Amino acid sequence: MTTTAKARGSTGRNGSSTAASPGTLKEELVAYLRRDREELRGEWVRAMAASGDLWLDSLTAREQELESVKIYNTCVDCLDSGSYPGAEEFAGQMARRVAVGAMSSERFLGGMLTLRDVCGRGLFRRFAKEPDRLNAALGVFEPVVNRILVIVAMAFNTERERLVRLQQEAIRELSTPVLQVRDRLLILPIIGLIDSERARQLTEQLLDAIRRFRARVVVMDITGVAAVDSKVANHLIQTVDAARLLGTIVILTGVSPATAQTIVTVGVDLSRMQTVGDLQGGIEVADRLLGYRVIAGDPGEAPIVPATVA
Amino acid sequence: MPVPILAQAPYLIASVQSALTDADLIDLQSGLLDKARRRRCQGVVVDVTALDVMDSYSTRTLQSLATMLRLRGVETVIAGIQPNVAMAMVQLGLTMPDVRTALDLDEGLAYLRAKPHGRAGRGQ
Repeated sequence: MTTTAKARGSTGRNGSSTAASPGTLKEELVAYLRRDREELRGEWVRAMAASGDLWLDSLTAREQELESVKIYNTCVDCLDSGSYPGAEEFAGQMARRVAVGAMSSERFLGGMLTLRDVCGRGLFRRFAKEPDRLNAALGVFEPVVNRILVIVAMAFNTERERLVRLQQEAIRELSTPVLQVRDRLLILPIIGLIDSERARQLTEQLLDAIRRFRARVVVMDITGVAAVDSKVANHLIQTVDAARLLGTIVILTGVSPATAQTIVTVGVDLSRMQTVGDLQGGIEVADRLLGYRVIAGDPGEAPIVPATVA
Repeated sequence: MPVPILAQAPYLIASVQSALTDADLIDLQSGLLDKARRRRCQGVVVDVTALDVMDSYSTRTLQSLATMLRLRGVETVIAGIQPNVAMAMVQLGLTMPDVRTALDLDEGLAYLRAKPHGRAGRGQ
């Protein structure tokens, strides 16, 4: 009762009053929201069900209740403490649920907005006869609510970015397969753009594969690389040098006429690299280095020729 | 910790077990040169599988070791450089262009065995 009287007294004086009142007013708000929790929460869940924003569709009634209590309490705690770790954690959790498709972000945001409206209306009812205090209460309430909503939106955003990044990584890894064509011979067909990040990844994958397959020769085919500038060429040189440190010979194939012109014009020295015109030639050279001989059988006898003799 | 040098005629195997101090490297260099002379060996494999760092000093020492041994007609193979070590070395520009490398000890010895040892003045 004393707090009410004090708050009422201070709000009457306008101006300086708003600076003094928020603390006590906040406590009162928190107390109100905690006391009338069941009523407000019930109203919220009903409002969501009515508007079709009930994002907890897949949950049982009991789970829905627990979940809504949790959200409600988290929000009130944020209002009480003025710090938002709880909201951040919860928003992150929800965002992950949205990401795996268990929930729609539209519905969840709608639900949060509904919660704001329900609480706002509760305040209107609570302070119906005191417009000044209602105004001050909204002044305390709204920034907190907005902050929570921003946190939720940001969490969705962050989660989506994380997903995109994961997918990009997956695509990158898929895009540079290291293939074994014969015992101790790998081919590395490079397709697309090479930036330093991809070059690093590619080198890493190649070195791992060299160890795994105990490769002696690697044929690196760059037919699918559209543009080779000095940067890309240097990445390729680094890859070749690293493979060589593991004792592997790297043969570069598929240097297109245009690429050859660029490389020479730019002045990159690829003379340390062993180059062959196309992938077929590269594999033939590799076969020779490894001591394989490919012999064509009699086409009449064996339509498919598996004859490789060491 | 000094590097043990094993004789596996006609080759020597230096098996690096732990990170090398500068003194260890110098010992390794003189030890190998000395033993290669006494044993009249044809090839040396330095196995660096256990190393997870190769700095410019150790790279340079191994490189000059290879050059010194070559002056005595001994072929040197550095075996077992780890993939991440290779990446780091390349980024530092330590590519050891004149040194023979191999995947591991096995490969290093296989390379030496496959190489015809045509020493000057001695038919093979």
